[in-house]
Amino acid sequence: MTSTSDRTAESTAGLPRFPMPRARGCPFDPSPVLRELQRETPLARVELWDGSTPWLVTRYADQRALLADPRVSAEMAHPDYPRQAPGIGSLGFIGLDDPEHARQRRMVGAAFTVKKVEAMRPAVQRIIDEAVDALLAGPRPVDLVQAFALPVPSLVICDLLDVPYRDHGFFQRSTRTLVHRGSTGEQRAEALGALAEYLGRLLAAKLDDPADDLLSGLSARVQAGELTHRQATEMAVLLLVAGHETTANMIALSTLLLLRHPDQLALLRDSADPTVVTRAVEELLRLLNITHGGRRRFATADIEVAGQVVRAGEGLVMPNDIANRDPAAFPDPDRLDITRDARHHIAFGFGVHQCLGQPLARLELELVYRTLFRRLPGLRLATDFEQVPFKHDGFVYGVYELPVTW
Amino acid sequence: MKITVDEDKCCGAGSCVLTAPDVFDQRDEDGVVLLLDPEPAEHLHAAVRDAANVCPAAAITLDGGA
Repeated sequence: MTSTSDRTAESTAGLPRFPMPRARGCPFDPSPVLRELQRETPLARVELWDGSTPWLVTRYADQRALLADPRVSAEMAHPDYPRQAPGIGSLGFIGLDDPEHARQRRMVGAAFTVKKVEAMRPAVQRIIDEAVDALLAGPRPVDLVQAFALPVPSLVICDLLDVPYRDHGFFQRSTRTLVHRGSTGEQRAEALGALAEYLGRLLAAKLDDPADDLLSGLSARVQAGELTHRQATEMAVLLLVAGHETTANMIALSTLLLLRHPDQLALLRDSADPTVVTRAVEELLRLLNITHGGRRRFATADIEVAGQVVRAGEGLVMPNDIANRDPAAFPDPDRLDITRDARHHIAFGFGVHQCLGQPLARLELELVYRTLFRRLPGLRLATDFEQVPFKHDGFVYGVYELPVTW
Repeated sequence: MKITVDEDKCCGAGSCVLTAPDVFDQRDEDGVVLLLDPEPAEHLHAAVRDAANVCPAAAITLDGGA
């Protein structure tokens, strides 16, 4: 194990700080520093916000192997865990290891099976249709983030959890504080506390008035003694936050990318073959991979990685966005090619913590792409590309605003 | 090709169902994998190999038919 004094010496020796900024004018591409590390130093020490110096793992094969390795822990509350930011102590089962992780995750697994999500198709389509109706009836130009990208997944997850959509201003604002890198630990803890209190109240109300929704299901688990109220609340916060923020960013960012690639957009919009859209979903997930904070883990045993040894207790940071640009896994990785087979990307992570909501995210993206560009064939950016505000300061990448017209 | 699945390892991400729906399904109660066909016909082998490759939990093991 590396001693504390070694770590101090190393961190003062000018290690690269993670995360690294993107190159100017290349808002869709990972930092050039990440590319160089992937090529030259696939296992590299970096320094985080709190002065800790975990390993940064940049190659696709190494990330996949580590994320699936049972000797690697995701225990967020452990002192060896390389923390994403101050103010987030724990966040449900994503910060736990098996078997407790699997026990809790399986309690909500029923809602996210491929079959169950497929049954939501008409409801999701209706939400998207109504959002496009509202766009068509509203003013132009319009901010696509506020008018479409954020409401669609928020309405979907509200339906699934039975959270009143009228509270969207509150939970979207709190989520923004959570994922904004500039938030202080206090601000983040306060936002998390407010979300927990809100969802805790909804969970308690479900005890008396259960229905066929996810919160009622969690509430019943509390009543049966299978979850504490706190565990159920954390899970509800996780589902609400992860259920809207990620998909919202993906919708807005991928729309912008497609507007910059009219040939690909035309192919997506005009093809009669339904598999063109489902393939495009995978390629856009691969290329944009909007969770840019780097998956965090630590080794619980000595593990060989890229010809070196990561010692037990050492932290691991694995930015999936650079792994998805690894030429060893994806030929010509920086090119958007919606016809390529990108299905093995790790935009949803890898290992037992891989995103539980991925069938729902895929369905939402598929239906958005099938609907938005066909009903608004003249969709275009209503500002200079250089003026679009990208979320360079977020763990979840995207755009703050996307002014469009048609 | 002979397929075995490890229900304990499965994390219910559903990738196998999306990739090879004739061979894999999920339990309604928790999303854990259900093996519909442990010895699928040859035309399904490529999809099954893809499913095993994208399984995040290494819960699908293939024997032969490569």
